[in-house]
Amino acid sequence: MSNGDLLHVVTNDNISDRRKLFGRALIWGTAALTLIVAVLQTMQVTGRAEFGFTDWRPTLYAFCTWTVALCWGQVLINGEHGKRTLFVLPAAIFVAALTIFPLLFGLVIAFSDWNLSSPTGRQFNGLDNIRQMWTDPFYWNALWNMVLYSLAILVEYAIAFGLALLLNAQIRARKFFRVAFLLPLMLSPVAVSWMIGKSMMEARYGPLARLARFFGVENPSFFSSPEIARATIMIMDAWTYIPFMMIMILAGLQAIPKELNEAAKVDGANGWRNFWEVTFPLMLPVSITAILIRIIFKLKLADIVINVTSGGPGGATDTVTSFIFREYRERSNVGYGTLLAFVYLVIIVIAMTLLMKLADRWTRPRT
Amino acid sequence: MTASTQIFRDSEADRRHRAKWWTSRIAIYGVLILWTIICLFPIYWTITTSFKMAPNVMKGNMIPWVDYQPAWLGWRSLGLSPDTIGEESTVRAEFMKRFMNSAIISVTSSALAVALGSLAAYGLSRFNYRFGFMKNSDISFFFLSQLILPPVVLALPFLVLYRELALLDTRVGLILLYTLSVLPIVIWIMRDQFGSIPTELEEAALVDGLSIWGAFATIILPIALPGMVAAFILSLVLTWNEYFFAALLTSTYANTLPVMVASQTGSQGISWWSMAALSFAAILPLIVIGVVLEKYIIKGMAAGAVK
Repeated sequence: MSNGDLLHVVTNDNISDRRKLFGRALIWGTAALTLIVAVLQTMQVTGRAEFGFTDWRPTLYAFCTWTVALCWGQVLINGEHGKRTLFVLPAAIFVAALTIFPLLFGLVIAFSDWNLSSPTGRQFNGLDNIRQMWTDPFYWNALWNMVLYSLAILVEYAIAFGLALLLNAQIRARKFFRVAFLLPLMLSPVAVSWMIGKSMMEARYGPLARLARFFGVENPSFFSSPEIARATIMIMDAWTYIPFMMIMILAGLQAIPKELNEAAKVDGANGWRNFWEVTFPLMLPVSITAILIRIIFKLKLADIVINVTSGGPGGATDTVTSFIFREYRERSNVGYGTLLAFVYLVIIVIAMTLLMKLADRWTRPRT
Repeated sequence: MTASTQIFRDSEADRRHRAKWWTSRIAIYGVLILWTIICLFPIYWTITTSFKMAPNVMKGNMIPWVDYQPAWLGWRSLGLSPDTIGEESTVRAEFMKRFMNSAIISVTSSALAVALGSLAAYGLSRFNYRFGFMKNSDISFFFLSQLILPPVVLALPFLVLYRELALLDTRVGLILLYTLSVLPIVIWIMRDQFGSIPTELEEAALVDGLSIWGAFATIILPIALPGMVAAFILSLVLTWNEYFFAALLTSTYANTLPVMVASQTGSQGISWWSMAALSFAAILPLIVIGVVLEKYIIKGMAAGAVK
């Protein structure tokens, strides 16, 4: 069904020309109003005139009026079809207004030197930010860390798969276990970073440190050497997000018809072969969806790092987000931070597109 | 006939089978219980620590009443212990303010996201659109691709924009951003939900004289309600826990709970028991939601997994 609606509605709209005209006038009128207000405000900012605006709120209000007029105008002009557009239009305008405009604006910021606390304001500095980025070892280090953090997802996936298999097995008190396994996902990462990172892993009194000492580690410290610190962050993040993958895989497992596994058993497959040759291939699409979504979430990882190690030791645990966060907090340089974020976005988009292409090839049934 | 001879007995093979069954049972429950401990111990530790005093912390006591006597120390510092609850307390006022901020922001933005997202998902599942060059699949992709957009890309432009718009440190500003960040997830869940509802239902309603919006509101919404609840709860969890935007865009007035927790973690003077009490108070609402509404959360997360 490529053309024609899934839901066929026969409508006979008799829309008078005056109504159409009114609708068009409404949309264009409010658009003009927005434009005029914006131009007036720009003139004030550039110092050509003085209207007494204190902030850009008037433009915002004018823009909101225009969006309302646009939605209403759709119904006025197109009648029944306009009402259908009204389902998608508000969300589309909302997302477009909140992403496209800031992204374009960010593009301008990215090529400028703008220290929010300095009085000089924004100054274009061309490619200086890129040059600075090129020689910034901490940024490259943060990017490399993201690769390592993403690789940890494979381990998370294996654990989550195992847990999902257990939950799918014949067990008692399944609901209890499911709730217990789900709980880490509900907790705020900031609270988790105190609960686990700052108190349970505290070198002197923390229970995990005591446990490590019990097993014969001399001076347990979870954040002193770069490798261990990185692994600790990985574990804490895994602790929070394993339930997420587990639930997705569990849903996939429950959708597999029982007959398939029974048929394999009749054919003489033992548990291990049954898993590898029936369950696992059937779970491949779900697994790949779960892993891709998990990668997307992982790429946003910041709160734990900011709160537990703030990037240390020596940037070993930095994620790109936490690095930019500190870059802004310490130097309040908006321009450089934005450029770093944009480069990150470009890398992510390329990487995710490649991954999705690959995933598509893997999941396509082999003929 | 002697009673001592047993006619039916398990053969050797059967007995081996039994033993194998038992070991597998023990292994399964062993792993399950181990993971339960891994999941629940941090929460248990936080609760018990909030009732400890300095010596208990240093000695590493674990079990209340057995190896230490619980005290209200941590909760008293928050102004939430029985003897301080009636009195004025600046810390408690601060905490309640943050709590209310978190509650208002997360509930409003989740509701907004569910409203906008359900409408869009319904439209996309029923009609063919053409916005310029964009068709249905492009519009869907446009919405879902927002998921990939890392928050850090939007953060600094928004910081500057909000400063100009005087939206910095306001609840409205955060609500807008949070709605944006959970909208793709809501659309994902709801698209799945509406896709599973047959179009014949609306067709019947339309024949009976309802308008499209009327059919949507009276026929489809009640059926899709479980999905909407799932999307709402999931959004609630994500927005309640959000830290990055809140830390950047709020300072004194519209701070949320995670920002408060984080600012306390940073300061050196703060003691474990009050920190534990604060952390626990911050996670308690979500623990309750998780236990009570577990079904919906699982439903929401499973929505995208199985096609």
